[in-house]
Amino acid sequence: MGTFSMPSLGADMEAGTLVEWLKHPGDRVERGDIVAVVETQKGAIEVEVFEAGVIDRLLVEPGTTVPVGTPMALVRGPGEEAIEAPAPELVSAEAAAAPAPSVHPAPPPSAPAAEAPGRPRASPAARRFARERGLDLVGMTGTGPGGAVVSADIERSAASPAPAPHPTRGLDLAEMRRAIAAAMARSKREIPHYYLSTTIDLTRAHAYLERINAERQPADRLLLPVLQLKAVALALRRMPEFNGFHTADGFQPGTGIHVGTAIAIRGGGLATPAIHDTDRLSLDALMAHLRDLVARTRVGRLRSSELSDATITVTSLGDRGVESVFGVIYPPQVAIVGFGKPVERPWVAEGRVVIRLLTTTTLAADHRVSDGHKGGLFLAEIDRHLQEPEKL
Amino acid sequence: MTVQTAAAPKSGVVGNVVQTTYREALHDAIREALLKDQRVFLMGEDVGRYGGCYAVSRGLLDEFGPDRIRDTPLSESAFVGAGIGAALGGMRPIVEIMTVNFSLLALDQIVNNAATIRHMSGGQFNVPVVIRIASGAGRQLAAQHSHSLENWYAHVPGLKVVAPATVEDARYMLWTALEDPDPVIIFEHVMLYNVTGILSADGGPVDIGKAVIRRPGRDVTLIAYGGTLGKTLDAAETLEADGIAAEVIDLRSLRPLDTGTILRSVSRTRRAVIVDEGWRTGSLAAEISAIIMEDAFWDLDAPVSRVCTAEVPIPYPRHLEQAALPQPAAIVAAARATLGR
Amino acid sequence: MKPDEIRRVVLEELSNIAPETDPAGIDPGADLREALDIDSMDFLNFITALHKRLGAAIPETDYPKLFTIDDAVDYLASKRGLGRPG
Repeated sequence: MGTFSMPSLGADMEAGTLVEWLKHPGDRVERGDIVAVVETQKGAIEVEVFEAGVIDRLLVEPGTTVPVGTPMALVRGPGEEAIEAPAPELVSAEAAAAPAPSVHPAPPPSAPAAEAPGRPRASPAARRFARERGLDLVGMTGTGPGGAVVSADIERSAASPAPAPHPTRGLDLAEMRRAIAAAMARSKREIPHYYLSTTIDLTRAHAYLERINAERQPADRLLLPVLQLKAVALALRRMPEFNGFHTADGFQPGTGIHVGTAIAIRGGGLATPAIHDTDRLSLDALMAHLRDLVARTRVGRLRSSELSDATITVTSLGDRGVESVFGVIYPPQVAIVGFGKPVERPWVAEGRVVIRLLTTTTLAADHRVSDGHKGGLFLAEIDRHLQEPEKL
Repeated sequence: MTVQTAAAPKSGVVGNVVQTTYREALHDAIREALLKDQRVFLMGEDVGRYGGCYAVSRGLLDEFGPDRIRDTPLSESAFVGAGIGAALGGMRPIVEIMTVNFSLLALDQIVNNAATIRHMSGGQFNVPVVIRIASGAGRQLAAQHSHSLENWYAHVPGLKVVAPATVEDARYMLWTALEDPDPVIIFEHVMLYNVTGILSADGGPVDIGKAVIRRPGRDVTLIAYGGTLGKTLDAAETLEADGIAAEVIDLRSLRPLDTGTILRSVSRTRRAVIVDEGWRTGSLAAEISAIIMEDAFWDLDAPVSRVCTAEVPIPYPRHLEQAALPQPAAIVAAARATLGR
Repeated sequence: MKPDEIRRVVLEELSNIAPETDPAGIDPGADLREALDIDSMDFLNFITALHKRLGAAIPETDYPKLFTIDDAVDYLASKRGLGRPG
């Protein structure tokens, strides 16, 4: 019997509120199906299920706020019997909600200490690891004292988390501000940032865009950030130490290159949803993703995997912004690349002063994971890709 | 009166190595201090003509004379008080107390005077006295001479408390302690006096405020000091044969505690066993356990474990005395338990 | 299409792109990228929508001609077929 749990949609998320169930007992679900809508600081998120089966029982009622990791439903696998007597370890919605100090408006506990009765024995480190990775302790085999789940068990079962998105409500900007505050304060508290800056000549990239956009209808045109995202993603293939997460056990390289892109929200706030496998997408596909992400970010309709999977962040202040931006790393990521406003400037090329379109490109990276020398190589690699836009 | 500073190099010199005992190391340390600084003198019961209850000061009376090697009456309160007074007067006394249980007679001088005067005088007077105390069980000295009361002194602000566990620390902690403007209590475990070890003959003063990782490991942190360090290293050896890499921390300083070293290690290994010859209740081990809970809770993979002395007055019969004390087998068992084995 | 109708379409599409704002309330001569906090993606969506609604071909090089509401209305009105009565 599998469990469907409140996912972690970022290191700063401690609890979420179930808005509605989209599946009910007896419904068959496939991996990836959207099962519930959960309200978080980042808006209403559609949550996906990660295993196929039949919904056996719902454990949490809509309107209930529960800590990350709390089982919310039981999923019967193929060939499994329905639970007849109430399973001792999992109780009804009311009971499941009650022991967690989290009924409706109550604030979430600051640590995952208060959990429903019958949760598996797990060490503090295991609980922290599970929370950081959005994993569920239920059903995990423990190898610690008394069969307790320990941190090494969490690492072994490095399964991927599971949510998906659907919109129900809009954004709560105050909540989002709190989430940003928590993440950024943690970043500045824990991450020893170092900062690098270089000037990249965008003349070729810009000319390339002009050339292809001239032949295209507006709906098919590309924007400069797409080239920048792709250049960063391709550079990361050779510079894996900037792609991944810093955890208690040090650096964990990302399993793919999922570039998060900072998207501002009018009225305040921002989100940094991930574009999965950025390095493998064509420029047109990337543009479509970006367009879709911007639209959904602005109305608070992101998917859980987009919120939790980014392995690096790119921030671009656009064509009206300032000339350089030194980012704050979004933990547990280890780097953020910033592109300033492109400006025309005199530039010396081949011994002559010429007019070039330049952008100040910056890197803020985690000194626990990488050093300035590598950071410089990373920026140079991004530059190299932007000089060959037709190959992006 | 001339005061020389220690000119010897600190470390990295491997060349001149000697084999010596903990006792000889202490002797050499006291002798060096007496030679270096005219303000230094040694006093205590039987330190002169008898050469010290544990023979640490043998020969010093002949070399330095009765003004600097002073036998005292059997009154700890009086001669510890005299030491405090001498320190206030500009001297650098080394006061030896034969056994920790006798130090209780001087507790008023140590806790009410030595620890407080600098603070009560607004920093006008400091008390640079060094008090050497023999402690611990294992020599069949029975319930009145076998205590491990380091924790009582480590409780008191205004004191520094150190526990040299190696020949090297026995040799080089004393000078650092004498240079300290505050009272420093040095606990010498009675089972260590005969221990032999390798010593760099030209080593220098050591930092007395820092714990040291005596053996690195990734699976569990064993925290020990003084008389339990050797047993803990033996346990780590046994654990290694079992495929468990234990990290062994020698606290060295019991006040202040080097919490950084402890927390960094435990955050790596996620498991801690504290080995303390004090009784479990209200022990130094309890304090360390609390520190780990407060500051490394979310890094733990197992409850913190303690291996302490059984809660009985130390028995006289050898087999019972040994049974009451922390032993390698119990340390091994506790370490294995933190790993669920 | 009359300029008034074009203006209505422009305001409608701006509202779609920045629903939190009130395009009709801003200075029609102001740079709407500043006035409405519109970024390059928003602006491209705006152009795309105008293209779909009005059928106007708007090359990238003409973007600066649509940076204010008044300019956009004039530009679109000047495009063949759009500005004529009918």
